[in-house]
Amino acid sequence: MQYRSQAVAKPYFIAAIGLFVGQILFGLVMGLQYVWGDFLFPEIPFNVARMVHTNLLIVWLLFGFMGAAYYLVPEESERELHSPGLAILLFWVFLIAGALTILGYLLVPYAGLAKLTGNDLLPTMGREFLEQPTITKIGIVIVALGFLYNIGLTILGGRKTVVNLVLLTGLTGLALLFLFAFYNPDNLVKDKFYWWWVVHLWVEGVWELILGSILAFVLIKVTGVDREVIEKWLYVIIAMTLITGIIGTGHHYYWIGTPEYWQWWGSIFSAMEPIPFFMMTVFAFNMVNRRRREHPNKAAVLWALGTAVMAFLGAGVWGFLHTLAPVNYYTHGTQITAAHGHMAFYGAYVMIVLTMISYAMPILRGQEASDERSQVLEMWSFWLMTVSMVFITLFLTGAGILQVWLQRYSTDPIPFMAAQEKIAIFYWLREIAGVVFLIGLVLYVVSFFVKGGRPAMASAADTA
Amino acid sequence: MSEVFTKSMARNIYYGGSLFFILLFLALTFDTDGTLPKRDNRAALTEQVALGKKVWEENDCIGCHTLLGEGAYFAPELGNVYKRFGNSTAAIVGFIKGRPPEGIPGRRSMPQFNLSDEELEAVAAFLKYASEIDTANWPPNIQG
Ligand code: HEC
Ligand code: HEM
Ligand code: HEM
Ligand SMILES: [Fe+2]
Repeated sequence: MQYRSQAVAKPYFIAAIGLFVGQILFGLVMGLQYVWGDFLFPEIPFNVARMVHTNLLIVWLLFGFMGAAYYLVPEESERELHSPGLAILLFWVFLIAGALTILGYLLVPYAGLAKLTGNDLLPTMGREFLEQPTITKIGIVIVALGFLYNIGLTILGGRKTVVNLVLLTGLTGLALLFLFAFYNPDNLVKDKFYWWWVVHLWVEGVWELILGSILAFVLIKVTGVDREVIEKWLYVIIAMTLITGIIGTGHHYYWIGTPEYWQWWGSIFSAMEPIPFFMMTVFAFNMVNRRRREHPNKAAVLWALGTAVMAFLGAGVWGFLHTLAPVNYYTHGTQITAAHGHMAFYGAYVMIVLTMISYAMPILRGQEASDERSQVLEMWSFWLMTVSMVFITLFLTGAGILQVWLQRYSTDPIPFMAAQEKIAIFYWLREIAGVVFLIGLVLYVVSFFVKGGRPAMASAADTA
Repeated sequence: MSEVFTKSMARNIYYGGSLFFILLFLALTFDTDGTLPKRDNRAALTEQVALGKKVWEENDCIGCHTLLGEGAYFAPELGNVYKRFGNSTAAIVGFIKGRPPEGIPGRRSMPQFNLSDEELEAVAAFLKYASEIDTANWPPNIQG
């Protein structure tokens, strides 16, 4: 570790991993409810499990992004963090607010939670991914402001690198776009229109800036390739992201009451959205092939390359699959969407956070890289989680194709519930793949506690 | 990438491209806003429908159902349920009211929300309003 204040990243990473485990447990609950309809009913209805699953995902990714920023910003700025104390304070605020919200979902009926938290005053609850009580949303904004203030001052008062500026732009965009979560008009079409300004413009806009900058940082560190080269790539990638992704929002405006010209704008621009993801893959492999050093942290290199490949597959390939309006007409809101959602979130954002943790955590714990046995286990967990996610995606895609056929496309369409019964086998298979995913995740956690094998090469003090 | 294509060129494409497409997106948003009155069924947006939307949100119906194709994929699409139920709000009310509190053994179950009559009528009116939004002919058929 070059700067002492980078250490604040550690609790963020630990919390992220802990919440990740919770997310997966609730994923498995839902996976079972898909085939065993009244499992845990009425104690944990499907919708409750779902909001726990998705909100934990968002929250742990945010913990991961913040941890990544706290680690990376001082090093790039070549100075200590503006206020490590504030970072620790905000950590606890965010963790406690997050835990209370999840407990609220689980212990109080949702309508009761809405009453309890005064949803009447400013109704924002009950929309997908934005289920949090309004006060939690306000809490998120406050944490985000404090966080941006902290890293913003650090960056402005230090060396300004492209990695830092792109990261700061992405994080600022994340916070600004979240403000649309507070806009909830009675008009359903407008509600949906601006809801996507949070959801789409996050994952296919500003989050990609965060992804790109973290990936660039790790690649600079593990390959030793000239920063100039990497920064040029970063600019081109994020340029393509925003050039395609902003108008690409139109792929959500086909069937929600918005004008039909969006079918053209959305199809054309979102069809180009895979380009930046493809460039990211080429970029990562190129940099690793041109490496000037052999970094002892093999696991981190594997995660970085894995991110580049899986983000392209999940977002690029599976996104393209259903993004053209004539295709989306049939696949909209089916298991095809779920298949894509899983692989894209995993490949892009789960994996980039795990890449950063893989690179930074050993250093935060005083080694340049983990012991060999630990790394081997970590790489096993990489393969188990990644391969099982590929299978989850394939099974959901199978389910989705049949669902579309049975319920939407064939000459004699059958009702939703009837179609679901016919494709139950795919949901069983998905659940099995999910269990393998959990095993991979458990091994991942275990890898932090395993020692032995060839010791890591250098001590923390002289890592670059 | 070679020397001809420099970092500052890449940076300029990023700034210029982003700015251009942000502005284009805002222009399209502005235009969309102007055309919405013809499609979004706002004439039907009564107090009751607004209450229905609140009931919809405060019970997290979206956590199991899709509405106009967005939401969860566990239970039927509800954007056209008014039509599927024979253009009847009474049938919707009856369905929601009739959910057994302990669920249906072995079957995906919908909770009993214990809604008041006013709330039931409101959420049904909201679903009727949603079914009359011009969605460019989506969903492909009545099964949603
Ligand atoms: C825990 C999941 C869950 C939640 C939350 C939920 N539903 Fe349902 N809903 C279902 C399931 C499952 C079915 C299919 C039931 C069946 O066919 O036996 C269903 C069916 C329906 C139907 C009939 C659809 C059809 O085509 O047959 C309507 C109408 C409906 N729900 C309205 C609502 C409303 C309104 C809310 C919110 C107040 C809501 N649901 C919340 C699970 C849920
Ligand atoms: C890492 C980036 C991405 C992530 C995390 C992501 C995630 C998601 C998620 C979670 C949904 C479901 C939203 C909902 O619940 O309604 C979704 C929908 C969608 N995504 Fe992506 N996505 C990404 C990139 C892309 C790209 C690059 C494309 C196009 C090439 C794309 C095309 C679509 C389409 C068309 C839908 C709508 C599906 C429907 O009609 O039901 N996505 N995405
Ligand atoms: C153990 C493996 C997992 C299982 C069994 C599982 C199961 C599920 C289920 C059943 C749903 C609800 C689908 C619906 O709405 O009907 C869901 C939604 C979702 N899950 Fe998972 N999940 C798993 C892992 C993950 C992981 C690792 C991620 C993150 C990358 C993730 C991200 C999501 C997202 C983003 C949604 C919302 C999807 C959408 O709206 O399209 N899940 N998951
Ligand atoms: Fe999108």
